[in-house]
Amino acid sequence: MYFSKKDILDMESLSVEEISLILDTADRMKEISQRPVKKVPTLRGQTIVLFFYEPSTRTRTSFDIAAKRLSADSISISASGSSIVKGETLIDTARNLEAMNADIIVMRHSSSGAPHLLAPLVRSSIINAGDGTHAHPSQALLDMMTVREKKGGLKGLRVAIIGDIAHSRVARSNITGFKKMGADIIAAGPPTMMPKGIESLGTEVTHNIDHAVDGADVIMMLRIQKERQKNYTLSTEREYARFYGLNKKRLENAKKDVLIMHPGPINRGIEISHDLADGSHSVILDQVTNGVAVRMALLYLVVGGGKNGDAD
Amino acid sequence: MGMLIKNGRIVDPGNMDCISDILIENGKIKDIAPGIPETAAEKVIDASGKIIVPGLIDMHVHFREPGQEYKETIESGCQAAARGGFTAVCTMPNTDPVNDNAQVTKFILEKAKQANGVKVYPVAAISRGLEGKTLCEYGELKQAGAIALSDDGRPVISSQLMRRALEYANGFGLPIISHCEDIDLAGNGAMNEGETATRMGLPGIPNAVESIMVIRDIALSELTGIPVHIAHVSTAESVHAIRDAKKRGIPVTAETAPHYFTLTEKAVENYNTNAKMNPPLRTEQDRQAVRNGLADGTIDVIATDHAPHHVLEKEVEFDKAANGIVGLETSLPLGLKLVEEGVLTMAGLIEKMSINPARILGLERGIKVGNAADITVIDPDAVWTVNKDEFLSVSRNTPFHGWEVRGKAVLMIVDGSSHEC
Repeated sequence: MYFSKKDILDMESLSVEEISLILDTADRMKEISQRPVKKVPTLRGQTIVLFFYEPSTRTRTSFDIAAKRLSADSISISASGSSIVKGETLIDTARNLEAMNADIIVMRHSSSGAPHLLAPLVRSSIINAGDGTHAHPSQALLDMMTVREKKGGLKGLRVAIIGDIAHSRVARSNITGFKKMGADIIAAGPPTMMPKGIESLGTEVTHNIDHAVDGADVIMMLRIQKERQKNYTLSTEREYARFYGLNKKRLENAKKDVLIMHPGPINRGIEISHDLADGSHSVILDQVTNGVAVRMALLYLVVGGGKNGDAD
Repeated sequence: MGMLIKNGRIVDPGNMDCISDILIENGKIKDIAPGIPETAAEKVIDASGKIIVPGLIDMHVHFREPGQEYKETIESGCQAAARGGFTAVCTMPNTDPVNDNAQVTKFILEKAKQANGVKVYPVAAISRGLEGKTLCEYGELKQAGAIALSDDGRPVISSQLMRRALEYANGFGLPIISHCEDIDLAGNGAMNEGETATRMGLPGIPNAVESIMVIRDIALSELTGIPVHIAHVSTAESVHAIRDAKKRGIPVTAETAPHYFTLTEKAVENYNTNAKMNPPLRTEQDRQAVRNGLADGTIDVIATDHAPHHVLEKEVEFDKAANGIVGLETSLPLGLKLVEEGVLTMAGLIEKMSINPARILGLERGIKVGNAADITVIDPDAVWTVNKDEFLSVSRNTPFHGWEVRGKAVLMIVDGSSHEC
């Protein structure tokens, strides 16, 4: 199939076929990263702007490496160093980037919907690298790639997503994406972290982490943001760790070959115990590795690479 | 020699609903009778097939002058009002500077005099600078021409201040219009809390943000025995609370806006900032509750909350976009839709858009011999398409662009002077 989307905005707008194509392409891209010379000329001459309105070293670096492995020219722009601090509107900034003939704008923004605002207004492809608490499609795709790699597929798996669902774009994209690919999802966390109507995305909801872990094939822990305490969403980190954190004892009811995932960065000892973060079930570093491959696939596909079916 | 309006259907709730002629002289209604000879007036208007109603009043608009004339001026606002069939508007005080003193009130009235004749009634602030800390000088404001008081745009957080405001204002005969919002509970909410907000990843504003304050204000009205008017009701819970309060004889009145009985939160999907407002668009259940509240008299008034904003404040990230939509030029057809759908009778609609606001504000209204000739003539069958580019308002922020609607004001008369709409 051809990949005909100009933009990657969220998991909702990707079809099952498109998700499969992205994952298949990412599998092939991963091989490039394992070569001694980790670079192919595929996107030579393409300009990719990494437009990060909100700080994120991890995702930005991953996209940057992905762009460089495909020989694209990548440039990073952050909000603090851009004209945004001088009062320029987001639309104007994006139009300026486009006027410099950026082929792809990878953007991270603190406002939900910000990439959706720009996508119809600019010719450049927009890849959403996380918008507010809405979507983080490349994270969901790399999670799917990691699970598919370890489990052979996604259909019928029981995936538990645990933590601050309300403030998590990762959770929303993963619920939508995994559900689309036939997995069963259960979301768990304290009621203060569970947004109203999250069931409508197709997930079961529980406030009991043991129930969520029970029989799980995959457990995704979400990062607890300590500043949320001022919104009264948690009492103390100590209590959170005790009732909602993942530890060895809790893991006993999961499937024997359960995968433990985390989008990072980890609060060790709060959402996940130290030993589990580095233990045999953890695929946290595989996620990081696959992140580069998925992002290579996305960059490649949005500029029309899917049309000739030649990734290398 | 004056003006004669012939053969229109006069709908004046509680007074008359019949086909008749109206003779206007010296700005007042001289005679109402069928078959008044055309020779009685120098100007004759054939109103066959039209509906003639007491001039519409929008008791809740934001004209941005002084301070933000790039969004709306008093003149452009009055033009938009006239286009929509309104002969009178009440301007909210959250201008810059705030209308919290006699000078600003007088300035607004002076500007209004230079406009097109639409009557402008300034609403002054409850508290100085809308800060909720000290009472404004209500006596002076009243003398300067203020018609009511409100901190609209912001809630009066202190229950003590709100109580004293009710009491003090009552001494001067000024009604209080309350913006009901628990801003702490609202947090950084950007749209209605619920499934749609969760899917869009936007922080939500629960219904209780409004109803908590509605219930408090009802309690203060009950405590003091003084009327309170609740602005822009959007939730089922508020409607229930107001209905219950009215049953218990508490002198509470309420308004809602056309968007709350027409749209739901679905209108903000795709991050449509032209449907972003405060209070936010709610669910279908709330919309039905508002319609029921209009039907059974719980909600007394339809007011637009006309809130012009420049495109620069709307073409931005959703959570950063300004709240509010323009409403003066679309209010009447959206109201007439309620008549078409059987929610209100024609008389019921005119009650909400003219008679009841006049009663709450202490204005004289009605098509009666001797009254000022403030009249709106409506063509109920005109089918037209809302085109924001043709608005007379300076701003274009409407979610109704492109809607096909039925019914339009064709003529409005203020103190005997007529303006085509």
